[in-house]
Amino acid sequence: MTAVLGGRPAGVSTLHFAMDDADGTDSRQRLVVVGNGMAGARVVEEVLERGGGEQFAITVFGEEPHGNYNRIMLSHVLAGEEHEDDIVLNSHDWYADQGVTLRAGVRVDRIDTHAKIVYAADGTTTAYDQLVLATGSRSFIPPMTGLYTADEQLLPGVFGFRTIDDTRAMLAAAAEHERVVVVGGGLLGLEAARALQGHGLQVEVVHAGTHLMNQQLDPDGGAILKNSVEALGIVVHLATRTTEAIGPDRVRGVVLADGRAVDADMLVIAAGIRPVTEVALLSGLEVERGIVVDDQLRTDDPDVYAVGECAQHRGELYGLVAPVWEQARVLADLLTGADPDAEYHGSRTATKLKVAGVDVATMGVNRPERDTDEFLVISEPRRGVHLSVVVRDDKLVGATLLGDTRKVAFLTQAFDRGTPLPAERIRLLVDLSDGAAEVGVAEMPGDSQVCNCNGVTKQALVDTVKAGTTSVGGCMDATRAGKGCGSCKLLVKQVVEWAADGDVQEDPAESWYVPGIPLPKPELIAAIRDQQLRSVSAVFTALAPGGEEDAKSKMGLTSLLRLVWGAEYEQENDAKFINDRVHGNIQRDGTFSVVPQMKGGVTTPAQLRKIADVAEKYEVPMVKVTGGQRIDLLGVRKEDLPAMWADLGMPSGYAYGKSFRTVKTCVGTDFCRFGLGDSTQLGIDLETRFQGIESPAKIKMAVVGCPRNCAEAYVKDVGVVAVGNGKWEVYVGGAAGATIRKGDLLATVDSPAAVMELSGRFIQYYRENANWLERTYDFVPRVGLDHIKAVLLEGSEEVLADLDAGLQRSIDAYTDPWGQDGAQPATPGQFRTALPLVDLPMVPVR
Amino acid sequence: MIATHSDAPGAPTSAPPKAGTPATEVTDGAAAGGAGVPHVVGRVDDVPPGEGRAFVAGDVQVAVFRLRDGSLHATQAACPHSGGPLADGQTDATVLVCPLHLYAFRWSDGTCTSTAPPVRLFPVSDQDGALVVTV
Repeated sequence: MTAVLGGRPAGVSTLHFAMDDADGTDSRQRLVVVGNGMAGARVVEEVLERGGGEQFAITVFGEEPHGNYNRIMLSHVLAGEEHEDDIVLNSHDWYADQGVTLRAGVRVDRIDTHAKIVYAADGTTTAYDQLVLATGSRSFIPPMTGLYTADEQLLPGVFGFRTIDDTRAMLAAAAEHERVVVVGGGLLGLEAARALQGHGLQVEVVHAGTHLMNQQLDPDGGAILKNSVEALGIVVHLATRTTEAIGPDRVRGVVLADGRAVDADMLVIAAGIRPVTEVALLSGLEVERGIVVDDQLRTDDPDVYAVGECAQHRGELYGLVAPVWEQARVLADLLTGADPDAEYHGSRTATKLKVAGVDVATMGVNRPERDTDEFLVISEPRRGVHLSVVVRDDKLVGATLLGDTRKVAFLTQAFDRGTPLPAERIRLLVDLSDGAAEVGVAEMPGDSQVCNCNGVTKQALVDTVKAGTTSVGGCMDATRAGKGCGSCKLLVKQVVEWAADGDVQEDPAESWYVPGIPLPKPELIAAIRDQQLRSVSAVFTALAPGGEEDAKSKMGLTSLLRLVWGAEYEQENDAKFINDRVHGNIQRDGTFSVVPQMKGGVTTPAQLRKIADVAEKYEVPMVKVTGGQRIDLLGVRKEDLPAMWADLGMPSGYAYGKSFRTVKTCVGTDFCRFGLGDSTQLGIDLETRFQGIESPAKIKMAVVGCPRNCAEAYVKDVGVVAVGNGKWEVYVGGAAGATIRKGDLLATVDSPAAVMELSGRFIQYYRENANWLERTYDFVPRVGLDHIKAVLLEGSEEVLADLDAGLQRSIDAYTDPWGQDGAQPATPGQFRTALPLVDLPMVPVR
Repeated sequence: MIATHSDAPGAPTSAPPKAGTPATEVTDGAAAGGAGVPHVVGRVDDVPPGEGRAFVAGDVQVAVFRLRDGSLHATQAACPHSGGPLADGQTDATVLVCPLHLYAFRWSDGTCTSTAPPVRLFPVSDQDGALVVTV
């Protein structure tokens, strides 16, 4: 068991190729990294990624003889789930290929920070210009009688759990022995216990705390975890210490603090870790619990830095990998000068893992700390589920999920970014809107489809991440996942974040309104107003990098300019999507659909007769009643559109635009014996007022005359429900498409006029603040219903007047596009065919 | 009864196809290659700045685009992904975006920016106002 992990086939090479100690002709600075664990190696990787190979001759000291390996995976190796070769991150060859000198198996004793020399245990000295300490941590071995032999070695059969050598030794011992005691009921101890049990050993865990995983879980959660662990057949002793290891030649058992003796032929110590700080101490650097560093990860010597588990930043020690990655990035930015002002401000630690077969995710605090903290707990001991969240000042400051981590993606985002929380806190932990069983991202099989529109599987996304694309937007571009209906975007994001293991690049474009202009919506609107930009080409010239136009940004900009300028917008046909150029919805064969306006879904025999005549005259292949209570003429050739519109003599129903679409209604009080309000007339009035208004995404409305909801108002972008006594409820943010969501009750008002006013204000607020293509069902939860209520119901007169005026500007700019372009084409050949191109489709007339 | 465009004679639609007029018949001619034959397909002014229009060059359907910078580009008329009418797409200086599923194709070599097969490109030029496509 002496093979070198990630070594060269012939074993360790002590050759190194840097020129510095050969002839002194190397003009590069000397960067020395002490520690070849996950932190040290990551710093080297990040430095090289920034072109640091040109600037620095890099030497890495590693106490272990191995290349760099993924320490997190050791419990999987112990469990036999991974081969040790598969956890190698950087082999010896990698260092050689990168021109990095690896001094593997060489311990560093001390540093002379004045002479800037590293003294190693093998007697060599190495000069440096910049030094990084990444010495990591080691197992904490609690005091125990009889633990050491006369020559200061651990008694045979006693193991720490920190390195691949520890793991190999345990695997060898597990094959020969039967009973193991694991000291420590934290994460590492439970992982070791479960792994060794898998090798057929009888396992007992001794934990000094009063409940398992007391670092992460509250007592109730710990109790439920104990049940789950014991159900696996592992014996758990709580609130007691191991005081003595029974020897003498090798471990025979342990004695607990209460005097009980437990037989064992293996003893695994996983009672926590301690930072390795001896080198720093001997070198005269400031050390408290860890090596003290500032926001630039500098120790009290200006040329010596420390990162990873050995570093103490703002009083915190970090033992998780994500903060270490962050530190490595900041340090590489500083060392290479990529960002001389880079700073590390600490990490909010969140982690998700599987402990002894149980899913656990924790972030922030695990119990309330102040009187005003909100604390919500859902405990299902029988199912082994214990969920809790801590909310402070309307922000998530902590969450613990045990046994059910389905909500972890949402909670992590709320925790990291402080996104608004649902007013009903229970929604943080439970999905109330639909009962569909969600599967955690990690558990999804690779071939399960993430994006149904474009047929992208989880595996395809994972492969894209592994190939080096680690931004969510980049993965979406490469695979087209999330580029169809968009309802899977959150899941895509979760898969990418999971595949990148928390190492996701922030996508600056995520906050931009359109990909081609690097500005969020409010700043973009301000720039458009300030610089009086009235056409899409003017926006590109003034605001795009290099003045370059971007095809995929044009549609969103056209919509925005119409919002800002109303009738004063300078129209450019090429900046519009084909649907908006020819005022019909393009179909899969390149034909279009024609949907005449039919306000509130109310029609007349004369109108129906006219539609029937037109459908026959133009041989319309399919006539269909739409979900929006209108009639759709499908399969119309582009060149026939103007003539059809003229024959119909009806205005456009806007069934094609990112705009207000239609208002569905029920028959209300006119005929229905249950109707409480005249929903039909109100629907017609709403559609008359809002017709053709462009918006970030389509807006569908409905008005129903009673809560029986025959026109589905509860699941519309804006839904209105008559509730009797002249009162109307206004719901917003509902959906019944790819996403199903019941709308949130915005307000109950007492007249149709008040419905018109409030829904108009909501629409305008949505138009001004939503991202491009963001439907109200995403917008309302993102902004928060409480915030929307505050603005629309309790906002200042001034704000409300601005909303009313903005909407009125667009209402005044309305012209029926069919009447307008039908008479006089906007550009030459506007309705010339681009068809027929392929024999598609053979739509039958039934 | 089954009614489709191809068996709807006498419908009040545009005139039957002839070379040099907008395309109304499906032909996906031989792949570009060899010397190529130049065809006058129409006037440059038939294509408004920033937009695209479909033409027939010989027996090949092409989509011709006139970008806002004045440059001309010609591609096969049907999107290689699922036959979308590329002439109805949107453009910028780098790519053409199909209107059906928003696949984008580079002017430089016809390749797709994501996962669709590439489009064929054809040489196109402005000869005294005439639009000449070589297929």
